Amino acid sequence: MHTDFIHPFVQAAVNVLRTMASVAVQAGTPSAKPHAAMGQGDISAVVGLTGPVNGSLAISFSEKAICQIVSHMFGEPVTAINDEVRDAVGELCNMISGDARRLLAEQGYPLQAAIPTVIEGRGHRIRHVVAGPSVVVPFTLDGETAFCLEVCWDSEST
Amino acid sequence: MPSPNLKILTVDDFSTMRRIIRSILRQLGYTNVVEAEDGASALALLRQDKFDFVISDWNMPNMSGLELLKAMRADDRLKDIPVLLVTAEALKENVVEAIKAGVNGYIVKPFTAETLKEKIDAIFAS
Repeated sequence: MHTDFIHPFVQAAVNVLRTMASVAVQAGTPSAKPHAAMGQGDISAVVGLTGPVNGSLAISFSEKAICQIVSHMFGEPVTAINDEVRDAVGELCNMISGDARRLLAEQGYPLQAAIPTVIEGRGHRIRHVVAGPSVVVPFTLDGETAFCLEVCWDSEST
Repeated sequence: MPSPNLKILTVDDFSTMRRIIRSILRQLGYTNVVEAEDGASALALLRQDKFDFVISDWNMPNMSGLELLKAMRADDRLKDIPVLLVTAEALKENVVEAIKAGVNGYIVKPFTAETLKEKIDAIFAS
């Protein structure tokens, strides 16, 4: 598996949240999984990626973390998941995917992305676009786990 | 600096990005801002009313930002309106295609208020 592919996504997540929401998140240690196995947050977005390799990116936020992030983005308090938060989760996924794809294109992997799908609710499951090995990275905000990012590639891409 | 009375159309399928752009524009002193959620609805608004500037996302359902730009440049009434494209990526091929189609500037997400200001000032200085 292209484990190095995770780094542009990690870099993109940190960059997008710093630039668009003025929040500083810290990436934890990536862990490789034989199958997509991301811990469940309260709201997630997933987007398919196609090109020299096919896969998908998923990001799953706790309600507390996404409300904190969206409050910073909008400059006004947001206390619960609502339509604006759902839209913001999709757009954050879109921007992180775009920023990561820019970095991947520089490494010779130009990828196209679909439009993100947003899923919510406690205990929701994320269905990746492909079934293959994955890498999961947890992120913390103010010392607490805020969200997880998972990149999954189809086995034929490895 | 361009006039604060500029009538600006912001186009994005994500309300979050429209809200962020509107908020930055307000900080920069531009309050005459109208929103559209895709290229097709933007084109309809542009044909109904007079706008001075368009800030459009690239990747949208129905009609992309590039298709909107091409439609504007092919329309005698809209061809001179400056267009700033907002993209989630900066692939060279995309940039070249947008320049060929007559874009006035492009900005890559994520971006800061300062970057948007610089782009707007550069477009209206030329």
